[in-house]
Amino acid sequence: MLNALDKLMLEKVADLHEIPQGAFNIRKNGSGIQRNTTPNIDIVTKADKSGIDVIIKPYTKGESVHIPVIVTEENINDVVYNTFEVGEYSDVLIVAGCGIHNAGHHKSQHDGIHTFFVRKGAKLKYVEKHYGQGNGEGQRVLNPKTIIEVEEGAVVELELVQIKGIDQTKRDTEIRLMDNAKLVVTERLLTYKDQQAESNIIVELFGADSSAQIISRSVAQDDSKQVFYFDLVGRNKGRGHIQCDAIIMHNAQVLSTPRISAHHSEAQLVHEAAIGRIESEQLIKLMSMGFSEQEAEDTILNGFLK
Amino acid sequence: MLELQKVSLEIEGDTSFEILKNINLKFHDKKIYVVTGPNGGGKSSLAKIIMGVYNPTSGEILLDGQAITSLTITERARLGIGYAFQSPPRFKGIKVKELLKMAASHNPEKVNICDLLYDVGLCAQDYLNRDVDASLSGGEMKRIEIATVLARNLKVAVFDEPEAGIDLWSFQKLAETFRDIHVKYNTTIIIISHQERIMELADEIIIMSNGAISAQSERDIILAGIMNNGDCACSTKCVKGVGQNAECVG
Repeated sequence: MLNALDKLMLEKVADLHEIPQGAFNIRKNGSGIQRNTTPNIDIVTKADKSGIDVIIKPYTKGESVHIPVIVTEENINDVVYNTFEVGEYSDVLIVAGCGIHNAGHHKSQHDGIHTFFVRKGAKLKYVEKHYGQGNGEGQRVLNPKTIIEVEEGAVVELELVQIKGIDQTKRDTEIRLMDNAKLVVTERLLTYKDQQAESNIIVELFGADSSAQIISRSVAQDDSKQVFYFDLVGRNKGRGHIQCDAIIMHNAQVLSTPRISAHHSEAQLVHEAAIGRIESEQLIKLMSMGFSEQEAEDTILNGFLK
Repeated sequence: MLELQKVSLEIEGDTSFEILKNINLKFHDKKIYVVTGPNGGGKSSLAKIIMGVYNPTSGEILLDGQAITSLTITERARLGIGYAFQSPPRFKGIKVKELLKMAASHNPEKVNICDLLYDVGLCAQDYLNRDVDASLSGGEMKRIEIATVLARNLKVAVFDEPEAGIDLWSFQKLAETFRDIHVKYNTTIIIISHQERIMELADEIIIMSNGAISAQSERDIILAGIMNNGDCACSTKCVKGVGQNAECVG
């Protein structure tokens, strides 16, 4: 059964107020505690290692899969391998996410290794939210790895969000796009205190007329550190655009390494990157509408990370 | 009434530079003022000193008799002073409707956001859900900026070159809008402008050059003076004035 803390975690990482509709698998402190499947979506526990296979039948439309993970104990080191088979011409939403409540002194860690096969003509929206809380000194660590194969004509929208409470994260994302496949990645990251976050996103445009757009926005506060590495690889005729923006505050550090690699004369690749403080003109504008300086700052940051 | 008493503004650098020199001005309630004059004459600095963006090096600013010289931008805004930027800042991730709602949040009257956009010549359905970011043109940003000031119930509204980037077709609409807010809220309006059509709205016109008030009078008197001066706005006498039939041989 889910207690109040579990429910709070689920709300933070999956916007869930109740047990979700449709297929779901809830994992708590290293083991699955609740599961539901539908006629179109099956969830099977892996036999050889920790994790699940999520199998979505071709032509499944308008269904969702929630696979939240909650960690409420200290000294947990949970590694999980999940594989998603998104059938041809299906149109689904998958919401993953991990909430860690660590009130202890020892580290709690969850490493989710997710592999997606998005079949021909399918549409997938994948949302991954990370959230941590707890007053203990124990570190809250999340190291997700996401590998996505996007087949011909498929469309993938990826939303990666980490707004609060994760002390250390290293996120690796690798995506391969086939003919006419389309990808949009939006990444939102906020770090504060002495948190550290690293995000590596590699997108390969394998197929002709594939396209990718990566929009990364982050805010680094206090003594936190963020390291970004983006590589957009054009191996065929296609278009790719990376746009990364960071707002830096206090004593934070942001290191961003942009890379665009063309291996084909008709690959069009663009990279835009900017790191800067909140513009004083933005603060002045909101203050001249009656906001305090703090309210103005919060409003700007909330909008930026939305 | 907004009053500036002996207001000066100096910028410290390698050599200190006086941007505003001993300005004395009274902006009476319910009047429209247009501040004009050559570029670099101190007009925008005057607007910023009223809003509190700059603090005067010396002098006092009073609103309805209360000294506001040491008040912050926020405090002045809450007393009913508003300011439309010459170059409005953009906000990533904030929608037009959100910005306008924020602007209207301190207005005790219920404000219709769509009407605001209509008043500045923008179609609400096209703009409400757009982000106030680089996807908007300079002219669109200016109109939204004006709308954020119209959203508030103000004692004093300062507009810094509101016509810049706005096409002639919309100009008449803008002029009507200024008249309307003036009537609706009894707002004292101060407009920095070079446009004759904006000047025609004014009760009084103030000419600033070299950081000082070079003339201040009723609209018609000033306008007549400007027309007589031909196209020359030089601060010292010169021979280029077309109206004076000067010979300009190279």
